Amino acid sequence: MGEQIVFSVLAILIVAFSILSVVSRRILRAATYLLFVLIATGGLYLMMGYQFLAAVQISVYAGGIMVLYIFSILLTSHAGDKAEKVSWKRHLPAAGAATVGLAFCAHIIYYNVKRVADLDLFNAPTMQQIGANLMGTSKNQYVLPFEAISILLLACIVGAIMIARKR
Amino acid sequence: MSYTVLIVVLPFLMFLLLGLLDSKLKPKVAGILGTLGLSTVAILSYVTAFKYFFQVGKVGEIWQPITALNFNWLQVTEKLHIDLGVLLDPISVMMLVVISTVSLMVHIYSLGYMHGEKGFQRYYALLSLFTFSMLGLVVATNIFQMYIFWELVGVSSYSLIGFYYTKPSAVAASKKAFIVTRFADMFFLIGILVLSYYTGTFSFAELCNPHGPVLGTTIGDTFMGWSVVSWAMMLIFMGGAGKSAMLPFHIWLPDAMEGPTPVSALIHAATMVVAGVFLVARFFPVYYFGAPEVLTIISYIGAATALFAAIVACTQTDIKRVLAFSTISQIAFMITSLGVSNYGGEHGLGYMASMFHLFTHAFFKALLFLGAGAVIHAVHSNEMKDMGGLRKFLPITNITFLIACLSIAGIPPFSGFFSKDEIMVAAFEKDKIIFGILYFTAGLTAFYMFRLYYRIFWGDSNKHYHHTPHEGGLNNMTIPLIFLALLTCVTGFIPFGTFVSSNGEPFVTSINWLVASLSVGVGVVGIVIATVMYLKKNSKPDTMEAALKPLYKASYNKFWFDEAWMFATKQIVFARISKPIAWFDRHIVDGFMNALSTVTNWTSRKIKVVQSGEIQDYALAFFVGALVIAAMVIFL
Amino acid sequence: MTTIPLFAYIVISTLMFFIGVYGFLARRNMLTILMSLELMLNAADINFAAFNRYLYPGQQDGMFFTLFAIGIAAAETAVAIAIIINIYRNLKNISVDEVNKMKF
Repeated sequence: MGEQIVFSVLAILIVAFSILSVVSRRILRAATYLLFVLIATGGLYLMMGYQFLAAVQISVYAGGIMVLYIFSILLTSHAGDKAEKVSWKRHLPAAGAATVGLAFCAHIIYYNVKRVADLDLFNAPTMQQIGANLMGTSKNQYVLPFEAISILLLACIVGAIMIARKR
Repeated sequence: MSYTVLIVVLPFLMFLLLGLLDSKLKPKVAGILGTLGLSTVAILSYVTAFKYFFQVGKVGEIWQPITALNFNWLQVTEKLHIDLGVLLDPISVMMLVVISTVSLMVHIYSLGYMHGEKGFQRYYALLSLFTFSMLGLVVATNIFQMYIFWELVGVSSYSLIGFYYTKPSAVAASKKAFIVTRFADMFFLIGILVLSYYTGTFSFAELCNPHGPVLGTTIGDTFMGWSVVSWAMMLIFMGGAGKSAMLPFHIWLPDAMEGPTPVSALIHAATMVVAGVFLVARFFPVYYFGAPEVLTIISYIGAATALFAAIVACTQTDIKRVLAFSTISQIAFMITSLGVSNYGGEHGLGYMASMFHLFTHAFFKALLFLGAGAVIHAVHSNEMKDMGGLRKFLPITNITFLIACLSIAGIPPFSGFFSKDEIMVAAFEKDKIIFGILYFTAGLTAFYMFRLYYRIFWGDSNKHYHHTPHEGGLNNMTIPLIFLALLTCVTGFIPFGTFVSSNGEPFVTSINWLVASLSVGVGVVGIVIATVMYLKKNSKPDTMEAALKPLYKASYNKFWFDEAWMFATKQIVFARISKPIAWFDRHIVDGFMNALSTVTNWTSRKIKVVQSGEIQDYALAFFVGALVIAAMVIFL
Repeated sequence: MTTIPLFAYIVISTLMFFIGVYGFLARRNMLTILMSLELMLNAADINFAAFNRYLYPGQQDGMFFTLFAIGIAAAETAVAIAIIINIYRNLKNISVDEVNKMKF
């Protein structure tokens, strides 16, 4: 019972704030609404039982990426600027595409995703388990993507510096 | 006898040599090289003639055609193939002798006549090309090879007539010659194609064999009353008529006198223009057995042409034009003689007479032209009014010209009498009307030739010349004249019937005293009238002209044939046929292509907007595409 | 034991995704476009986690995938913002209408 209430609140928050984020004409407000969406998503992860994931979501996404966005917004425009109204010409195809896609997916989901799985087998993963899986080399273990991602991050850091440095 | 192929190949090599080295050779060297090449060819021709006529040609009392060389050049279908080769039979060997002799004389003569002209080396190269083409034509083993060399001869003639290419009249004349003969050759080609389609062969050996597979079985198809063989032979004759300047294709020959005089002597008197006669003679068995009605038509066309040309020649004042029309007339004689001939031994008298006249005419006509060239060279003008009393200054030219005029008028003992007499006999035995026309024409011939002779060498005996005309004694211009005059005196006595006849059987001719005396008589009458009118300058020509004013006018204007052809070409072909076709080509064919490009342009301009540069447009397209593919995969 | 069906999570993620699509196609400022992109990414992440939780509860592949996706999203955002800064330096403006030179 309680779960369902919390879930509904989170769901309403997510949907409402994401709509506001894409519709708002002031950039900083859009960024703030996005922040709320991300935090609510972290909440969803918690509900699912993935505590580590929720923590990562909030610290990296909400705490890192959104700060980056706010910095760049402040760098490239005055926060009080109002964005121009979106013309009907652009609005219509976008809305149309989104609606059509939504209908399509809804149709598929409705006909396929109906069962409720058996949840007895679920054990929330412990930190030891996560750590071991992250560094292990056997079948379901992720040391290779881990290393690859670290190299990717290095490349992105270097790339970002190269692109954005002052000449 | 396969060395005979050298006769054809050697002039071609000489053409390549002289043509490629052009101005790197000094003119004198080029001239000597050309003449040397031709002398070799002439010697080879004489050797071939000797071997053929006196050693290997006769098999069992009948002259056999010898195929010295024949190789399959192009296989068109399984049965039909185009060969190249050398065929030796009495008429082709005779033509080899004629062509090489006259060509050699012209080469020697040109050393003096064309001395100092620009393009001397090109001239000799073209002369060799022409000789090569003509020789290839006469030794052809099949009709297609003859057609190939026929066109080559046309090209050489075009180049040589337009030799002075900076003169607009020469350029116009060469174009006219080429276009008129090419137009006639269109019919020739259609005739060849029709003939080969129905008979399945190009080769003369198969076509002309009267007991062979082609004539022996008559081709049954008919078209509008005539058999296909008749149609084919009529079309082939039209091609020959173009080259030989028969009515109405004769218009190019008088204008072709724009070329240098030795060229006129070689091409337009002795060799190229007789190609049509040679063609009919070559095909004679097919004409006689397969298309006899065409032969009748040929004889009438020939007679009409002879008369027409003789009438026009009586009033022309340019000496080369007179000789040109005389050539047209004499060739018409030869064609008529073929037309009235029968087949086989002495019945083929017309055939033999035609070939005999070709032989003798080549020599005395070349002599006439070269003599005229000497006169023009001395006086620097073509018009009769600038000449008179030249016998004092040009003695050798005078005597040789006189010999040639006597020969063409048919006075014994010169060669013209013998050959023309045989033609008259053949005509007399076949068709009296044609005999009458030829008889009257012979009289006119004598008249206008002696008019020409007197106006040049006698006439106004006290004419004043700015600088004295001179001849220069025995030199490379007079030696050919003397040689040709000797030939004219001697060749009449050759018993031609023992060498050349329609089916290879030799026969001996005897003189028909009635016809002979009639023809000599009319010749003498013509000479007497000319003497009375032109020996000394008097007013009789003007009185005669006034009396016959309309006929004079028509004759002077060549019966307006040129104007009629020009009208037909300009008003009918250009305006009614060419203009609409050109319009169609420009607007519809080109227009279609332009429309294609315009439509493509328009379409591309309309759809290039897709590449708008806007990121979100691209994203939208991507998204919609992904949706479509997903739908296709899931629902189909 | 939870009473929230899988269907609910999927509905949320789908809604979030298509709202992100709309935002991507309709916004003018490049940064807001990027923010819509983040929405889409997050929707996909929720999908991964939900499927892992409900269909394969014994394994953790989906969670790790989400983990790595978050990391990569961060890196990608960094580079994208660097590019946008560069554009801003040259054009003094970060509207997508200005960067349409790669066209016909």
